[in-house]
Amino acid sequence: MDISLIWKAVIALGGIALLFGILLAIASVRFRVKTDPRLNDLIDALPGSNCGACGFPGCEAAAQAVLDGKAGVDVCIAGGKNAAAGIAEVMGVAATSATRGVALVHCQGGINETATRAIYQGIDSCAAMDKTAGGSKACPYGCLGLGTCRDACPVNAIYLDEDHRRCVKRERCTGCGLCVEACPRGLIEIVPRDQEVLAVCKSRDRGKAAREICSVCCIACKKCEKACESDAIHVVDNYAVIDYDKCTQCGKCIEACPTDVIVKVPTSSDRAAVGSSS
Amino acid sequence: MNEVYRYFLIFLGALLVYNILLIRFIALCPLIGVSTQVETSIGMAMSVLFVMTMSTAASWVAWNYVLTPLHVGQFLYIPVFILIIASLVQFTEMVIKKTSPPLYRAMGIYLPLITTNCAVLAAATEAVKPGFLKLNVVYNFSLPEALIYTIGVAAGFGLVIVLFACIRERLETAPIPHSFRGAPIAFIIAALMSLAFMGFANLLGL
Repeated sequence: MDISLIWKAVIALGGIALLFGILLAIASVRFRVKTDPRLNDLIDALPGSNCGACGFPGCEAAAQAVLDGKAGVDVCIAGGKNAAAGIAEVMGVAATSATRGVALVHCQGGINETATRAIYQGIDSCAAMDKTAGGSKACPYGCLGLGTCRDACPVNAIYLDEDHRRCVKRERCTGCGLCVEACPRGLIEIVPRDQEVLAVCKSRDRGKAAREICSVCCIACKKCEKACESDAIHVVDNYAVIDYDKCTQCGKCIEACPTDVIVKVPTSSDRAAVGSSS
Repeated sequence: MNEVYRYFLIFLGALLVYNILLIRFIALCPLIGVSTQVETSIGMAMSVLFVMTMSTAASWVAWNYVLTPLHVGQFLYIPVFILIIASLVQFTEMVIKKTSPPLYRAMGIYLPLITTNCAVLAAATEAVKPGFLKLNVVYNFSLPEALIYTIGVAAGFGLVIVLFACIRERLETAPIPHSFRGAPIAFIIAALMSLAFMGFANLLGL
């Protein structure tokens, strides 16, 4: 082997490397994009689950929006107080905490409570089941129980209990609202976290018809309306709706309700689907 | 042989007969990794097309004007090509980040992935090093031939990865046994597609 080959190899590789090195050095100066050093700190302060509840595509976009002044320190709904405090620290302003809601599934009907009228064997998704002749459940308004909301949840806060009811782990739920969009029946709502008295049925059927197919349905008897002292609960479209601004959480409607549709969370009774955390 | 027909054969050979993913099994990582959605697979395919064409052009120049005159090509081609590809990807990333933020958002996340992609190195090596590829219409590539070959390879990569992503999107709702979900069924699909592509063997005498 010719020893000069080594020199040639060194020159060839070294020369090309030097050429590209210079090219990259020039490019890094000429094509520099000024990024705010605070951007990375902001991204660290956000939860990073990219849920999109803030209305920006992902946490990085939200951080950029905060820098641009398009969003305040309370931009992150999911991160709540911690994220707001982190962002406030980076931006050097006082924290105003975001109100952080929690998801509520407006149905307690599992396989033991609600009648089944068919057996469904199609695509494993609530939307598909809903389109297929209204699904297997006798109640046309209730939870289908296949778990599209569970799959949509970025923090695994929704799970299926042994009776095929959707339950929310309140301490995990960030209130991002992705499950609200996922549910084909519109049963999920983000409610204030400190609201503990909740009405959980959205059946528009009249009392008798609803009662025949489900043991935990609102029968629109209006007993809760009469029991309420602060005019906070009303029957609309044949189901009870609580006005969370007026509700004092006295619990009188819970005692009045004959079908256990109004519940207080967290409950000790395992009958109540909402708020059970295990 | 007619010049245009020769170019066509080179392109077809790279696209179908010697398809980089399904016949030669190079760059299987993006085939499995970025094929869960059609949208991302199109982004990846476009980025690969862009980087591959550019790196082959640069590698061709380096091979014919630096490595061959110095007689060091036979053992130095891999480090030199890797160097060229990595630097060019880095350079491209900087340029498009500055000049075109929308393009950067569409392509930016794939560029670092492509830096170490074996398909890019394979395409550059085959299109530049004489005799490396057993394509019987061409032995020593000229620059246009090398570029047409590379575009064919990238188009073959894009074709397969987009088809694969379409199939995988349908698989999302298919009743697959639990233990086969995800990567296992993807490998089975890849094998079946590969069998189908082997039907192109000897097409037009390639």
